[in-house]
Amino acid sequence: MSAAAAVSIQGVTKTFAKGSTTALQDIELELQPGEFVSLIGPSGCGKSTLLRVIGDLIQPSSGAVLVGGKPAHQARLDRDYGMVFQEAVLYDWRTVAKNIALPLELSGWERRKRADRVQEMVELVELSGFESHYPWQLSGGMQMRVAIARALSFDPKLLLMDEPFGALDEMTRERLNLELLQIWQASGSTIVFVTHSISEAVFLSTRVVVMSPRPGRIAGIVEIDLPQPRTIDTREEPRFFELVTEVRELLRGSHVEEVR
Amino acid sequence: MLENGTMVNAQLAVDPAALATPREQAPGAGVLRRLALTALVLAGLWAFWEGYRWLWMRTGWTHPFVVDDLTMPHLHDIVHRLWQPAASEQPALIHDLLKKAAYTTREAAAGFALGAVVGFAIGVALHLSKLLRRGFLPYVVASQTVPILAIAPMVVIWLGGQGLPIWMPVAVIAAYLTFFPVTINTIKGLDSAEPRALELMRSYAASPWMVLWKVKFPASLPYVFAALKVSATASVVGAIIGELPSSIQDGLGGAILNFNQYYSLDPSALWATNIVAAALGIAFFGVVVVAERLVVRAAPEHVA
Repeated sequence: MSAAAAVSIQGVTKTFAKGSTTALQDIELELQPGEFVSLIGPSGCGKSTLLRVIGDLIQPSSGAVLVGGKPAHQARLDRDYGMVFQEAVLYDWRTVAKNIALPLELSGWERRKRADRVQEMVELVELSGFESHYPWQLSGGMQMRVAIARALSFDPKLLLMDEPFGALDEMTRERLNLELLQIWQASGSTIVFVTHSISEAVFLSTRVVVMSPRPGRIAGIVEIDLPQPRTIDTREEPRFFELVTEVRELLRGSHVEEVR
Repeated sequence: MLENGTMVNAQLAVDPAALATPREQAPGAGVLRRLALTALVLAGLWAFWEGYRWLWMRTGWTHPFVVDDLTMPHLHDIVHRLWQPAASEQPALIHDLLKKAAYTTREAAAGFALGAVVGFAIGVALHLSKLLRRGFLPYVVASQTVPILAIAPMVVIWLGGQGLPIWMPVAVIAAYLTFFPVTINTIKGLDSAEPRALELMRSYAASPWMVLWKVKFPASLPYVFAALKVSATASVVGAIIGELPSSIQDGLGGAILNFNQYYSLDPSALWATNIVAAALGIAFFGVVVVAERLVVRAAPEHVA
């Protein structure tokens, strides 16, 4: 049933108007529901652009994107996906609870239902007791949890994440990696995750899409066959290192090509 | 007074941080420290005034102006003047001035409210339409290059014969000085919403109205309040100037004009009136600061 693909990217090319910068060229990719796919590559390879094309925040120059079988534009209007950026992008004037409730307000949920849902999300990201704190009172890791809770609050089938843990220290990052996996397994949603950390990509994903720059293309795809659920010990398994090496070599290959 | 009018023009876009007042820590100790600081500043100003006066009179320096009881009365004489009769057989000057200040307050408050609302509305309109902004903003700026003293008689003539209360044209003149900083800072404040925050709203397929209401308005508040602080004092200046061509005798403008004519006989009366006018401006400023704390309390780092 290919019609049920969570995301289907069909021959997407994106050239930016100024000059002849080709950010993306002939991208073909299909994501099955429940997959966790990482996009990895050096800066300028178009991974963030691709994420925004999926989210209908950037229009492709040619090609099409289907999200859950619908055109990406319709999917955005139907609020079919949640988005998380590198910065938490919380609204300073809203408490944690009100930040999480924002998409629900926009969807016209009634107050009672909203409050129940926010409570659920706060528990999911382990921020109980911080509901009425303001963003500037939280650490970077906690702010990111709020952003994730907000993206998940309306239960989207698809989660788009643009280097969400890039600005965090490594320990916080690894803890949030584990939490994200738990959330992913509990929610059953599909996740597209942009990162430039190889080990993060391998640890989290069911598939890693390696991209190369100028023009942005898919250099290769690595199936991550590490058993689920993954734990802290996963990072120490020999298979983990093999896969890291495989991704690294793909990245290097694309880099060498660029130098030549 | 003309100088005050142009001063507002100089502060085109007011940075919220530029008008920062210190934030109190512990309520009790903070208030005490503040009072002490205010007293210290006042004492310093008093010492400066009296010291300058003493030095210039003793040395007989005449630059930039001759200092004597007429040009620089003793500060205590000025304050003392408030408690002497306005004219023979009349109650104390302060009594008269407070009544006039109340009259001017009505004009200034109405003008401030009108100017703030109109200024904000123009700001939103110019933010929403780049075409309007390109077309109209130069005229909004130009409106402030015309001296208020030239505008005031026109407004009085236009609105004078409409059966409106006599203080209404004055309020309009005050609004004329008020709206401009609010418009400029509203535009800047609405533009200040972070691109990522807007992108996020786009990902939620939020309507333009929702983006404005949920993101841009809150983001603009610190800027709008910075402008309101400037406008609050400007509206008092506008009201005082507006009284002059309207021949209103019941406000501070009338009192200033009157005491100006008798300056050589009674210089302290004009200075005393100026003190009351300044106090009124400060009171307006204070009201805005309090309002800001109530409205923007959710984000204390935004409160300037």
